[in-house]
Amino acid sequence: MGASSLIVLIIAAVAFSGIAIMLSTLVLKGSKNKQKGEPYECGIPTQGKTWIQLNVGYYLFALIFLIFDVELVFLYPWAVVAKSMGWIAMIEIVIFFFILFMGFLYAHKKGALKWM
Amino acid sequence: MWSFSHIANELHEWLSSIFNPTWTLVIEMVLAGVAVIGLFAALGLVLVLMERRVAAWIQIRLGPNRVGPQGLLQSLADTLKLIVKEGLTPSGADKLLFNVAPFIAMIVAMLLMAPIAFAKDFQLWDMNIGVLYVSAVSSIMVISILMAGWSSNNKYSLMGAMRSGAQIVSYELSAGLSILTIVVLTGSLQVSDIIHAQATGWWIFKGHLPVWIAFVTFIIAVTAETNRAPFDLAEAESELTAGFHTEYSGMKFALFFLAEYINVFIVCAIGATLFLGGWMPFHIGNWTQFNHVMDYIPSSIWFFGKTFFLIFLIMWFRWTFPRLRIDQLLNLEWKYLLPISMINLLLATAMAILGWHF
Repeated sequence: MGASSLIVLIIAAVAFSGIAIMLSTLVLKGSKNKQKGEPYECGIPTQGKTWIQLNVGYYLFALIFLIFDVELVFLYPWAVVAKSMGWIAMIEIVIFFFILFMGFLYAHKKGALKWM
Repeated sequence: MWSFSHIANELHEWLSSIFNPTWTLVIEMVLAGVAVIGLFAALGLVLVLMERRVAAWIQIRLGPNRVGPQGLLQSLADTLKLIVKEGLTPSGADKLLFNVAPFIAMIVAMLLMAPIAFAKDFQLWDMNIGVLYVSAVSSIMVISILMAGWSSNNKYSLMGAMRSGAQIVSYELSAGLSILTIVVLTGSLQVSDIIHAQATGWWIFKGHLPVWIAFVTFIIAVTAETNRAPFDLAEAESELTAGFHTEYSGMKFALFFLAEYINVFIVCAIGATLFLGGWMPFHIGNWTQFNHVMDYIPSSIWFFGKTFFLIFLIMWFRWTFPRLRIDQLLNLEWKYLLPISMINLLLATAMAILGWHF
């Protein structure tokens, strides 16, 4: 079907979810009160603000991920031609991985991979 | 004769003989949309029931067996129950993000259907960057989870979403590297090329050690990427009630639930395509007689058989292993799986250049 299939799929997904939610609101006979809108916290009121700052570890892992993800995108075109290029491709990727691995070891030494 | 591609071609010819090309295309698009929605609903119902039956079987109990024969209609009854439940939006929530998040989860799950070959020559779009497309689109999934967690105004949800984000982005790396192993061996990103390269034997048999390592890494990584146990920290019931969808109820919750199961199906379909040959029947080298006998089994049965075998494997994990802690989870990826899969890629490259695979 070609590229138009993506439009079909997006429309199908939105239609499916939309119809499902519409259907449930049609048969619904809901009531509204103050307690109903409270966040679920096992029966006790929430203490303080919800939108707080979390452990810095998540941020560090996101940063390292960014480096490796960009590297992975570089690898895709390489992988397609690797077999036909022969040993030159092998040497190049060894150099590429070596530089990358040094960066990884540096991050490891600095303690970025340790969960605090 | 009765293959899917044959039916699709017949339908196309029949429609073209009645309507002009524009209307033919429109009608085909509508039919494709309806077919995909039908597949979605059917897969959701089947996989939920399968999960419960497999769980029951592993724990030596019966599982759902009252609604319909052998409990076949159980998930239909559950869907009916979810429709009449109220889809509540908490008063402190970010209403727009809260309501958009399930839609994004569904759109991502639906978009991933495009490059999957369900049977011989039966594919929505055989794009030349198929494998790259899959890994690109599947990483959008994390956005819907973060949106749901952040907008819920609930600490459990936020915690679950953050964990899920760290987990999905980490395990994407080793999943990508193990996919690249197959790309190096095949020399193409196109799904049909990868399947045709396995006509003399599936990669898992042809590829020796590097492909075995890649297969194991891939299964571990996709189990984590789809937030399945033992990596289900995003919705760890015992600590976070339900993780990122704690505040979701009714149909919105059902959509998240459905998207999760569809994602399991899709990653298993990708795994079956890359390592087990997709719709390609079980062929051994040039044993023409044997290969000919195997060709009698329809290609769609081969595809769904392999996919459901992998799904069963992932369900088996869920009821076998205890849940990991977040630091153990990240250690496993960054200190073991990532270096292993990087070295494995080099090994596979050397093997592909030397031509040591069959």
